[in-house]
Amino acid sequence: MDRAPLSLMQTVLWGLLGAAAFIGLWGFLSLSGIVPRQFLPAPWEVVQRFVQLLTEPFAGATLPQHLASSFQRYASGVLLAAVIGVPLGLLMGWFRLLDDIVSPIFDGLRFIAPIAWVPFAALWFGTGVGGPIMIIFAGAFPPCLINAYRGAKFVEPRLIEAARMLGTGHLRMIVEILLPAAIPSIVAGLRVSAGLGWQSLVGAELIVAAAGVGFMMVQAQGSVQTPTVMAGMIAIGLVGMLIDILLQRGEASMRRRRGLAA
Amino acid sequence: MGSIRFDKIEKVFATPGGDVKVLEDINLEIGEKEFVAIVGPSGCGKTTCLRMVAGFEAPSSGVVSVSGRPITAPGPDRAVVFQQFALFPWKTVTQNIELGLRNKKVASGDRARLIEGALSLMNLESHRDAFPHQLSGGMQQRVAIARAYVLDPEVLLMDEPFGALDAQTRVVMQEELVRLARVNPRTVLFITHAVEEAVYLADRVAIMTRRPGRIKEVLDVRSVRQSEGWDRFQRIEDVMDLPSFVHLRTQIWKSLREEKGSQGV
Repeated sequence: MDRAPLSLMQTVLWGLLGAAAFIGLWGFLSLSGIVPRQFLPAPWEVVQRFVQLLTEPFAGATLPQHLASSFQRYASGVLLAAVIGVPLGLLMGWFRLLDDIVSPIFDGLRFIAPIAWVPFAALWFGTGVGGPIMIIFAGAFPPCLINAYRGAKFVEPRLIEAARMLGTGHLRMIVEILLPAAIPSIVAGLRVSAGLGWQSLVGAELIVAAAGVGFMMVQAQGSVQTPTVMAGMIAIGLVGMLIDILLQRGEASMRRRRGLAA
Repeated sequence: MGSIRFDKIEKVFATPGGDVKVLEDINLEIGEKEFVAIVGPSGCGKTTCLRMVAGFEAPSSGVVSVSGRPITAPGPDRAVVFQQFALFPWKTVTQNIELGLRNKKVASGDRARLIEGALSLMNLESHRDAFPHQLSGGMQQRVAIARAYVLDPEVLLMDEPFGALDAQTRVVMQEELVRLARVNPRTVLFITHAVEEAVYLADRVAIMTRRPGRIKEVLDVRSVRQSEGWDRFQRIEDVMDLPSFVHLRTQIWKSLREEKGSQGV
């Protein structure tokens, strides 16, 4: 849409208005009894619970402790996805044969939601560290691979020709030409991966035995403590937003350094 | 130093609308240290000729060979200077020039010396650590030429190298290339559609017909240049004013006009 840019003040103001309307509607639905109170706790109950959970343990740990435990699994899963997905994507972008072999399998597997892997993740890698990491990996892996692959495929043909004319071998071609050329695409993919990995968190922690935000929410759900479940949801939302903002900044600064439009 | 030979080359491209023959019966021999320019109407296949020497494309029939060896793949023995420079944006000037040397496994001490030579040859010393996007088009093309020269290739392939430059920069680069070619002669295949450029730079000029491209005639510029003493002049405009230059240019121009005329352009 073509419209005059809003000033920062206006943007913030409209954002606050939207949030206020949302919370207002939520409060109204909950207070008026249209939705029974134990199904939909009031906003302030959730906030109260959230603050309480910052210091008071629930299901064995405080909310920050649960978050820390979740974050560890999350970071491992996303890192693993990047470490395997990016090189594989680049290799597939360069070697036609590998592309032909891997693409059909991958195109089928990537449509399976990460949560569908829960039973096998638990069986194969256990409920401690391995299983949840595998589920987060399943969420974060496809964008890593796809974006590295596309980045490698859409390198300017002239640059590949220049590199070949200079006698560049396969390994150097991938590391020094395809990888740097694909960086903008790879970084964009990592951002999507980071988001999808974080979204897979609750699913991943369905099978966890000890700690994590997802674990906390599952425990609270068992005892119908809806404010605790919602406090967990808010924590996930906030951390997810934070991760995305940080990565967005990183991406913008990378694009500026490259002389690309941000 | 190498020679280039086109032997009965034919090139057919498969397109959705059927096969298109772009080159027909191309025969041309470029001797050691000879500078040959190919001119022709756009779409006549002159760039395809160069791309076959580079190894980016294979002839449909016939053989392209360099120093007697048929070409199978691209390699640093045939350095290319592209119209759009094709520098690696994430590498500095020095790193761009260095890549080919690293691929050839030149020892790092020798590399540093060769790069220094290439930088000074193209007056790039003060830009050695710049990235391509920080340089003007003319400067970028200097880097591309340095990147090709530093490999000491058997042949240099230049595909409308000055086509993307503004008029003034273009003149400076043409003068520079003449200086290079006279000081340090190379086997060069130069593609252009600018007739003056071809006459000013080349030892011989090959004129191509419109598609399917054939070589219509080959003019000897070198003997005229030598007998008329073009190299006494530093500046391109002084050479371009000489009657002998004007005569050759007009001759080529008319030959090309016939090509365009037959197409009704």
